[in-house]
Formats: sequence, structure tokens, C-alpha cells
Amino acid sequence: MQLIYEKSRPGCRAITFDPLDVPTATMPPQLCRVSPASLPEVSELDVVRHFTNLSRRNFGVDSHFYPLGSCSMKYNPKLAEAVAAEPGFAGLHPHLSSDRAYLPQCQGALQLIYETERLLAEIGGMHQVSLQPIAGAHGELTGTLLIAAYHRARGHPKDTILIPDSAHGTNPASAAIAGFKVVEVPSNGDGTIHLNAFKGVLTASVAGVMLTCPNTHGLFEPDVRRICDLAHEVDALTYYDGANLNAIIGQCRPGDLGFDVMHFNLHKTFATPHGMGGPGAGPIGVGERLEPFLPGPRVVPRDDAYALEWPERSIGRIAAFFGNFMIAVRAYAYMLHLGAEGLKQVSEHAVLNANYVHARLKDVYLSAFPARFMHECVLSAAPQAKQGVRALDIAKALLDFGLHAPTVYFPLTVKESIMIEPTETESKATLDAFCDAMLQIAERVADDGQRLREAPTSTPVGRLDEVRAAKELNCAC
Amino acid sequence: MSWISTSAAEQAEMLSVIGVTSMDDLFAAIPPELRSRSWDIPSGRSEMAVRDYLKSLAARNDSSRVSFLGGGFYDHFIPAAVDALAARSEFYTAYTPYQPECSQGTLQSIYEYQSAICRLTGLDFANASLYDGGTAVFEATTMAIRLTGRERVACHPSLNPLYRRMLETHLLNLKLEIVEGDNPEDSACVIVQNPDFRGTAADYTALGAQCHAAGALLIVSFYPISLGLLKTPGEMGADIAVAEGQSLGIPLNFGGPYLGVLATRRAHVRKMPGRLVAETSDAQGRRGFVLTLQAREQHIRREKAMSNICSNEALCALRALIYMTLLGREGLREVAQQCHSKAEYLKSQLPAASILNTGPTFNEFTVRLPRSAEDVVVRMAGRGYLAGLPLAALGVGGSNDLLIAVTEKRTRVQLDAFAQALEEECS
Repeated sequence: MQLIYEKSRPGCRAITFDPLDVPTATMPPQLCRVSPASLPEVSELDVVRHFTNLSRRNFGVDSHFYPLGSCSMKYNPKLAEAVAAEPGFAGLHPHLSSDRAYLPQCQGALQLIYETERLLAEIGGMHQVSLQPIAGAHGELTGTLLIAAYHRARGHPKDTILIPDSAHGTNPASAAIAGFKVVEVPSNGDGTIHLNAFKGVLTASVAGVMLTCPNTHGLFEPDVRRICDLAHEVDALTYYDGANLNAIIGQCRPGDLGFDVMHFNLHKTFATPHGMGGPGAGPIGVGERLEPFLPGPRVVPRDDAYALEWPERSIGRIAAFFGNFMIAVRAYAYMLHLGAEGLKQVSEHAVLNANYVHARLKDVYLSAFPARFMHECVLSAAPQAKQGVRALDIAKALLDFGLHAPTVYFPLTVKESIMIEPTETESKATLDAFCDAMLQIAERVADDGQRLREAPTSTPVGRLDEVRAAKELNCAC
Repeated sequence: MSWISTSAAEQAEMLSVIGVTSMDDLFAAIPPELRSRSWDIPSGRSEMAVRDYLKSLAARNDSSRVSFLGGGFYDHFIPAAVDALAARSEFYTAYTPYQPECSQGTLQSIYEYQSAICRLTGLDFANASLYDGGTAVFEATTMAIRLTGRERVACHPSLNPLYRRMLETHLLNLKLEIVEGDNPEDSACVIVQNPDFRGTAADYTALGAQCHAAGALLIVSFYPISLGLLKTPGEMGADIAVAEGQSLGIPLNFGGPYLGVLATRRAHVRKMPGRLVAETSDAQGRRGFVLTLQAREQHIRREKAMSNICSNEALCALRALIYMTLLGREGLREVAQQCHSKAEYLKSQLPAASILNTGPTFNEFTVRLPRSAEDVVVRMAGRGYLAGLPLAALGVGGSNDLLIAVTEKRTRVQLDAFAQALEEECS
């Protein structure tokens, strides 16, 4: 497809404005750019047709099954989009929260923030929640900064964070960016944390432990409570990565498991759309110990109105305002609609669907671990790779079935890993179509390997030359 | 209430394929003592009831007053086509484009967005987006620290005070020194904002040269619409340009989601945070786009990554691209010209002595009122205006100082009436 810049014709315009109704003012020339930015010169129809056609070169959840492990690509309800379009939310200026004179004009938004935080706190078993972190990784960074603040306040700054080898890459990256040294904890052969290895690295310099539970192998950590207790014995705090909360929502709560701080991925568990990579939102929850350090300001109900206050030992501002507010609006609508029972059904059907897919595929693809999977299952294409068809080829071949590929080569701990997370919203018919495709591909490995290695053939482009991309580095025109 | 697609009969069949008898069996890995101790969540409500409730909350907010509120976030006109195209679910329900063959829509739009930002800023490379303007300042700062190996950061008073606070918080646990001012000696970078937070536009070309002579980088935080007229970060010699992209077709959203813009020079691209899309081709020679230089990122490099960023603001970047495409070369210049002219007109209708900016301003300026800015804001709200931002609340002005922003949406009639009302409420 042509680039929009290639469709540009000098003098063409889409949007015009009313003629200026005041005198034209002139900026001093030394402050002005030499020539206008060479943005495309096209008509509105050119723009609409271009982007409509671009959109058709995408797989989205509304059009395609998207079993991406670790991503919770569930259906994004239209209710959430409708409430987010309310002008009273979308048109609201954030500086209305910057001065008390304006607070009467954003009371509905402040109430929504307060109520969403309280609901998330109950879901996570946390004392308080802050909506301010803008993304999951930003929540991790905020959480590790809170852990650092806690130890500094106690007069014992500590420099190390323990993270299992199965963790998402954001965990070690966030801890490092917060200024911590990262020590990796190895997994057992059964895919869970090696408890003795954990004890071996749990020294007095450990500030915190970051865990994902179920972990990225899709397994519930059997020693999770013990790990939290051991960490607390050396005054290390425990961080729960909420990326996999979809597996346990309504079944158990990170706070009850012994975690001091966690983040929620609103774009995963609470069905706000992924938007091609964002925006998401990463609110954090904390237990009582970390509450005084929370970022500010906080929304608090006072008398007849919502007001803003700063926690006594706040780490400061982590966001300019209240994070990705409109993502919280969507998540709140989602939670209110599902309610107590509906939220439990989320995890029940997420786990049902993952185990159903696993049961149908485990005799053909290698099951990575013997235990019961939670919301996602990890298979290995090692048997197929021996015959020359790798996990990547299987992923690409699925695209020709009109199915998005699962996550491949993550977790890093499993060879030729294929990580499948169907989510709760998919029907049995869709899961069967996916499993049938996976089995059919496996049958073709022996005789039809070459064609699998050339897949996909039905997409707008075939496999792309990534080496050329990195070498030429043509990232703008 | 739920969005589950499975019938009871299908559920039973699936359980039997798995080899268990009940849904509870699926959760055998969670021992009873670890189950939820409390689940005080209200019962589910219908779509109709939820919409009514959220509508009632939205109605308690005021988005209808004539706005002169800016301070880094602006009430610009958004063409209908931006909403219509960004509402296509092929865009908003897609994931990060890790499978390029079925994500060319996303990848090409990011490539076109990167190109638009480069053309806007006069720099060579732009990433696929960061969270917002404040975190973009933080990411640019850590990038400068990586590039120079220095541990001192000079923060110019022109920077949005919220971004300054955010920077301090993000760097809290690192052994870094943040100093006020523009001295590049021994600094990783000098961070400036143009126009400055109180509205004054300047040329930082000389400061850029001083930075380079001292081995420091110049980071310029800019207001995208202003680049319809103003000198670009590239022309000033900036090494990194960052911005809050909200003004490019993104609603005010009470603070988010917004768009973090970051662009840089070719020499620095390998230390840049965030996703990057590059052009390439398939075996048949067809043009296509892929994520590139992924070894900078957390999912490959883990604790050695350039940033911890994973999800970004791709959908907001798409909105910005569509907005810039609809405006085009001439339209962006015209919006900037209208904002500037209308702000100058409003200035001309206010007492000259009340304006505190000593240099030229773009579309925002600071006035010193004869009484408390907070009082005036409350009175003006009663007359249907959001009169501006009292600067004392952010610690960057006296109690009578008010920051007033004007966009292309304001008409001469509104400006005249506002000036009149302001005079009456101040007297």
C-alpha cells in the first residue's frame, strides 16, 4: 500500500477553518521555523480511505481469535467505549484538579477515581489503590520506588530485588530503572520457583521480591505464601505482578497471599482494548505499610465533596494527574457490569478454556509442565522443530487459518515455547477451530515442512526481512 | 452479567475433555487457606444501568464552559474523521504488532507517525510513542545519562512544573543530581521547554551550542501545535525533542490517555527508548514494515534494557497521525497562526501592565490580576468561563497570577466578552 505521503498533492487540503476574525499577528522571524512541516496534502476522502484500508491489514479481537499468551486478549465490550465517549469525561481539562477553585467542576471524575480505586482494592485484597501509574511497567516502577522509600524511611536502604527467571522482562527492567540490582531466581523442572535457590539468595540486602502468580508458565506458585513469609522475615517486601490476574480474579487475592504491593493491568484483566500496543493503565495497590508513601495527590471523600490530599511521606508525582483516567472509566464500567459473580466467572472460564485447549493439543505438542495450567498453557514445539518446523513456522501457519498466533519463544525457560491464552470470552467453537488448525499443522510437519516454513501466504505481505530493516534503519520518510 | 460465550452443555463437555468433573477442580492448585478472605463486590448491573450511572457521574463534571485553561494541555478542535477512523476496532482491538504479517495496518501507521514527527521536529528518528509528555521528559533524561555517562541533570525553569516533579519522583532512587538552570558543565543534559510554562517563546539555539561545547545534550520539550510557526527543536540543535502530543487530536480526557512524543538524531538512535518501526520487504519484494532494534527493549534485554516501557500509546499516536494528515502542511500552520493571533488579540484587550511575559508569546500568557486568581476563577466560572490556571497552585507564580491560553476554537465575540467579564470581576 502507498504511504500517505506518496498520495500528497501540493495545495490539497482536508480541513479548513473559518477565516481569522481578529488581526493577523506576526511572530518575530528569528523565532519561526524556516518552512512549514511537510505534512501530507490530501483530501478528507484520501485520509479516510487510506486509514480504512490500513485498518483492514490488521487482525483485531473483534475480527480474529487472538490466543496470545501473557496478553489476555479478551473481547473489549462496547459498553466501555460508549461510556468513555461521554463529553463529561472526554472533554474534561485535567488542570481542574490542579487548583481547589476548580474542584467543584470535576466532582464526578473524582468520585469515579475514588470508587474505582476502592473496587480494585477489594479485588486485590489491598488497603489502598492508586490509579496514577500509566501502564503495567509504570506500575512496577512505582511499586519498586515505594519499596525503596519504605526501606529508606526505616533507615536501612537495600539495593537488591529478587525476580524469578520466568518473569516478564518488564520486572527486571523496572527494578533496574528504579536503581536496584536484580538477582534472578531459577525455576524448578516443574516450572515453579526453586524454593531452596530462593532461600539461598534471600539476604539482608534484599529490598523486595517480584512475583507473577500464576507465573508465566501458567502455573500457580505452590509456595507463594511461604515465599512471602520468608521475604518478610528479612524485611523484604513482596510485589505482585498483576499481568496474570485474569487467572485468579475472584478466587484468591494478592493481599491475602501476602503481597505488600501489586499492579493491575486494566487493559488485560478489565477488558479495555489494547489499541495496537496501548494505551493501557497500571494502577497499583498497597498494603498498610506502603500507604504513607503513595504518589499524590489522592482523592479522598471529605464532608460533602471529594478533595485532594497528599500522603504524609509521598514519593511525589508519578503522573501529571490521575494516570490514564479514560482507561479507568472503561474498567469501572466493566467491573460494575460483571459484578461479584461475573468477575468470578472471568477466571473460571479463562482457566476452563486454557485447559481445554491444552487437553486437545497435549498429545501432539509437548506439554511444558506436568501440573494443571491456570489461564494459559505452555506447549513446546520441540518435537516439530526436530523435523524442521519451528514454533515460529507454526505461528505463521496459523495466520493462514485466519487465527492470530500464540506467543512464541516466551517464556524463555521453555524451548520452542508456544504460550496460549484463549481468555474467557471465546466460545468452544472458536477454541475447536484453533485446536483443529494446530493439529492439522502438526500433521503437515513431516511432508509439507517447506510450505509451513514459507507461511503465511494469505496475508498482505509474507515474512519480512528483519535484518534488512535493522541494517537500513529506514524509520521515517 | 458476563461476556462468556460458552453454554452449560459445552462447559460440561469441555470439563470432560479436560478430565475433571467441576469448575472447582480447575482451581485445585490454590489451597483453601489461600482463597479470598473477602469479596465485597456489588452484584452485576445491566448495560443500561451502568451507562445511566456513569452518565450521572459525567454530568457532575463541567466540560461545557468556554475554556482558557492550558498549562500544557489544550482545548483544540478535533475533526470528525479522527474519531471515526480511530474508532475502527481493527485498530483499537489489535495487539502490539509482534506478528508483522497480520499487523501491517498498525506498523505502516506507526511508520507514517514517526515520519510526521520527524517532519514536525526537524529530527531524524521518532519512536512509536511513550506514555505522555512527563514520562517522555524522564525517558529523554535517562537516555542522555546513558549517552554521556554523566550524573547531573540541569532543569531549566521553563519546564512544566508537573514534569519537573515527575522527573524528581522517577529519579528518586538513583544517585543523580538535578540542578535548576541551564549550565551544561558536567551535565548529561539541559532540559528546556518552548514556549515556557508561563507562555514565553524563545530561541534556544545558542544554548544548544553551549551544551555541545560542554559535552552535554540539549533536550527540548515542545508544544506540537506551536511548531506550525515556531523554530523546530532540530533547527535549535536539540539532541532530543519530547512533547505531550495531546494537542494533536486527542481529547483532554482529564489527564489521560495522552501521547508521549520523543524524537532524536541519528547518532543517538540506539540508545533511544520505546518501539521503533522500519521499512523492509518480503521475499517477493513487497514493501512491509516491522519492529526493529528490539534488542534495546525489556522483552529481550531485561534489566539492561533502555527503558522498562512495554505498552505504549499507539492508538493515541494513530490519532495524532490522522490529525496531522487531515490538517496537512498548510492546516497546521493555519491552526498555529490562529491560536497566536487570537491570543495576541486577547492580550490587546487586557490592561497592558497586567501582562507579565516580557518576551513574545505564542498562544498562552500570564497576567497579574488586581486580586486573587483563585477568587477570579471562581467568579468567572459563575459566568461560564474556565478563566485560566492560577499559577500559585503549582508553585510557579504569585497568588494573583493567572495563565491564560487561547486556541483556534475561541471567536472574537468570545474574546471580547471574556476580556469584559475579566475586567468586571477584577474591579
